[in-house]
Amino acid sequence: MSEVKTNEIKLTRKDFVSSSEVRWCPGCGDYAILANMQRVLPEMETKKEKYVFVSGIGCSSRFPYYMDTYGFHGIHGRAPAIASGVKLANPELEVWVITGDGDGFSIGGNHMIHVLRRNIDLNIILFNNRIYGLTKGQYSPTSQLGMKTKSSPWGSVDRPFNPASVAFGAEATFIARGIDVDAKGMQDVLTRAQKHKGTSFVEVYQNCIIFNDGEFEDVSNKKTRPDYALYVEHGKPMVFGKEKDKGIIIDGSHPRVVELGDKYTPENILHHDETNPIITNMLLQMSLDAHFPTPFGVLRAVDAPTYDDLLHEQIKQAKKQRGKSTLETLFYSGDTWEV
Amino acid sequence: MTTKVIKRIDEVTIRFAGDSGDGMQLTGTRFTETTAIQGNDLRTLPNYPAEIRAPAGTLAGVSAFQLNFSSHAIYTPGDSPDVLVAMNPAALKVHLKDLKRGGVILANANAYTDRNLKLANWDSNPLEDESLDDYDLYSVEMTKLVTNALEDSGLSSKDIERTKNMFALGLLFWMYNRSMDSTITWLEEKFKNAPEIAKANIAALKTGYNYGDTTEIFTTTYRVDRAEAEPGRYKSITGNDAVAYGFVAAANQAGKELFLGSYPITPASEILHALSALRNFGVKTFQAEDEIAGISSAIGASFAGDLAITTTSGPGLALKSEAIGLAVMTELPLVIVDVQRGGPSTGLPTKTEQSDLMQAIYGRNGEAPVPVIAAQSPTDCFDAAFEAAQVAFKYMTPVLLLSDGYLGLGSEPWRIPDPKDLPKIDVKHPDKSILEEDGVYKPYLRDEKTLARPWAIPGTPGLEHRIGGLEKEDVTGNVNYEPLNHEKMIHLRDEKIKRVANEYAPTQIYGNKKGGKLLVIGWGSTFGSIHVAVERAREKGYDVSQVHLRWVYPLPNDLESVLDKFEQILIPEVNLGQLIKIFRMNFQREMTGLDKIQGQPFKASEIEAKIYEMLG
Ligand code: SF4
Repeated sequence: MSEVKTNEIKLTRKDFVSSSEVRWCPGCGDYAILANMQRVLPEMETKKEKYVFVSGIGCSSRFPYYMDTYGFHGIHGRAPAIASGVKLANPELEVWVITGDGDGFSIGGNHMIHVLRRNIDLNIILFNNRIYGLTKGQYSPTSQLGMKTKSSPWGSVDRPFNPASVAFGAEATFIARGIDVDAKGMQDVLTRAQKHKGTSFVEVYQNCIIFNDGEFEDVSNKKTRPDYALYVEHGKPMVFGKEKDKGIIIDGSHPRVVELGDKYTPENILHHDETNPIITNMLLQMSLDAHFPTPFGVLRAVDAPTYDDLLHEQIKQAKKQRGKSTLETLFYSGDTWEV
Repeated sequence: MTTKVIKRIDEVTIRFAGDSGDGMQLTGTRFTETTAIQGNDLRTLPNYPAEIRAPAGTLAGVSAFQLNFSSHAIYTPGDSPDVLVAMNPAALKVHLKDLKRGGVILANANAYTDRNLKLANWDSNPLEDESLDDYDLYSVEMTKLVTNALEDSGLSSKDIERTKNMFALGLLFWMYNRSMDSTITWLEEKFKNAPEIAKANIAALKTGYNYGDTTEIFTTTYRVDRAEAEPGRYKSITGNDAVAYGFVAAANQAGKELFLGSYPITPASEILHALSALRNFGVKTFQAEDEIAGISSAIGASFAGDLAITTTSGPGLALKSEAIGLAVMTELPLVIVDVQRGGPSTGLPTKTEQSDLMQAIYGRNGEAPVPVIAAQSPTDCFDAAFEAAQVAFKYMTPVLLLSDGYLGLGSEPWRIPDPKDLPKIDVKHPDKSILEEDGVYKPYLRDEKTLARPWAIPGTPGLEHRIGGLEKEDVTGNVNYEPLNHEKMIHLRDEKIKRVANEYAPTQIYGNKKGGKLLVIGWGSTFGSIHVAVERAREKGYDVSQVHLRWVYPLPNDLESVLDKFEQILIPEVNLGQLIKIFRMNFQREMTGLDKIQGQPFKASEIEAKIYEMLG
């Protein structure tokens, strides 16, 4: 989160819509993410010119062209590094990173873990569609085992990982999840992400209608979603189900799904604590386990020093300690002699 | 005390050689600092193994530091040493062949044990047999002498033994009439948290000095007078430090903050170290997770308005090439510093080479022209960095600065410029007033003269725009795949970089300005060796001149007419002839190359011999 400035004129969604024609496939989940972003930003107190959207390569990475803000379409996988430079150069900017499962977690995996570790005050959205779209349909590091794609006609033998778990392992201070079809849920996490100080990691399940349609059917379909999705909120009980009749408890050292009723009530089941790493990790483990609903919302949010603050504080302190530093003081430092 | 003779000499080359753990780099650096303060001109050449501690006593583990100093102007670290400090048998084995006939050998006799002799492949002890009869040998029991001197220090025998390099330094200080003061101050500062170590080192230093003074084996000391130099304040500086200073100065003169995105790599890391220490100057250094992140972060910082740089060596430059293309496409100012080392692949990390020239000029996908500037001496690294930044800003382009291990780690006296004499660098960021009636910012609207595009930075109201690696439409910068637009943009980017040559000063000829029989032309760190060779040949009456390129891409507009003035052209390079290949693409004439590719700079004598061969 950068310095808060009040807008003189109230911005609207339109102020964030660029004149570029949007070129994703009709029906692609990317449209929804774009629309939600354009709805969320006018509600924030950051001035429009302070926003910078940085992306890598892939379908999702065209995103900055469609936002009427400053934008930088980088090279494959490097958006976190480019964005780090933008933020360190000018900490007043509000910087968003747009990436996909291939861009952010395959070719750019190294940058991803390190930006999260440093906790630079950026907001990252991972468009996870579990496929390579722009290169026309090869499996990605998040594709399911056995998945048949152009580069895995016999079924993928490449075991996937869970990006949010990688983020957790990389010491991310903010981890959230949304899904393209749920506007309200996504807007909530985008708002929280921008407000979080430090690197915010938001995974959005995004349907690629062309190469991996229906990948998230359970949680996309309005009918099944209540039973397959668990929306977590800090301090609130973990309740889900069409009739709000199911909950999560800890049984011994394992989570378990229970029916709410006489024995288990919203009061005595597990409550979400986004600052508790044990709960975050449990939610992350549930994500890929068919016995559990998939968690959405803010899974983790903790305070930690940010790299940008530490760097600029160090500069401030050094200037104070050393007094006025001019080229003379630099050139004449150390042993010098006169001729 | 015996009476000693003081002999005045003009120029001396000393090589300090020992085991990696013997502290030879430090000893050499201290002698250099002292010599600089005493007003001699000097050049240094560190030469150390890539391994931090190769097995003790082995030939692979020998580390050396050569210093040439003089009472007149010098340009190289010297061809062959007059004095060899050989702290162990391996050091003697590796470096003896370079020592001048009759030269001085200063050996630590205690290190010439059976074991060490065997490790270094000596059949018998050279200090005791006749193998060094042609030299002026001083075999001194340095370890024993410091052990005696520090008997009561309470230090372990290992700590005491480690002070023997200070003994050697003290002895040389005595021999060349240098003061111990600056080293004593330095030791006190360095070991301020371990005063007993400081004390021991100072004692060892003095023991060495007094040993020279009191023992009878040394009869002569030498004086090397101050060199004539332009009046001013001086300091000794390495090329890597000078690069760092150059960028701080450029940022200051441009009113910009300096951002370095870098990943540690030999022999460029010292630039990262130097700039990391300068937080009080507002310098932002970012030690990235890899080379690619180093340059990518710099591109981001440039987009946001900083003077952005990235530093590396050959392998790192290879990793950065895609990102350099991005900076070409987005037309952002950026300087990439390549401190070249021996290649290919990991190659010779700690040795020098000029073999990245082609990579610097051509090593990218697509038509991606980048101006390439080459520093020619350690102090010139300051000017080259400053100039690289000037061009990057003015032409809105990445610029590649080529240095190498020899320049980066070598040092020489630097006449400290008066900051008031440094030019201001004019950098403009447009605001809303640049907008035309349509109210749309045009990021690729070009300056007529330089073809540079405007640099609107995030945070500026009304100029929100998007740029990236996809082809741009002329003027609007919108993504565009049309065939003719692409061709036009390729030509525009090419033409813009060609216009950088309009900035160059006329090509300077050292020697016969009107032309003549032979021109020796080089680029980068060969300057000193070529200069000395040409100077010596001219003194002997040969018709030979020198031109040294500052910018290797684009080539100077007047270069062909300069070459035309000479009958023969000689191009010495520390590679397999990369500049000469480029010349052959550009100029239809006979040219001769002289290649040396041993991880070592040219000796002046090697170029001199070629000159005589060509001029008959
Ligand atoms: S290929 Fe898939 S991800 Fe890409 S734009 Fe089309 S639907 Fe969206």
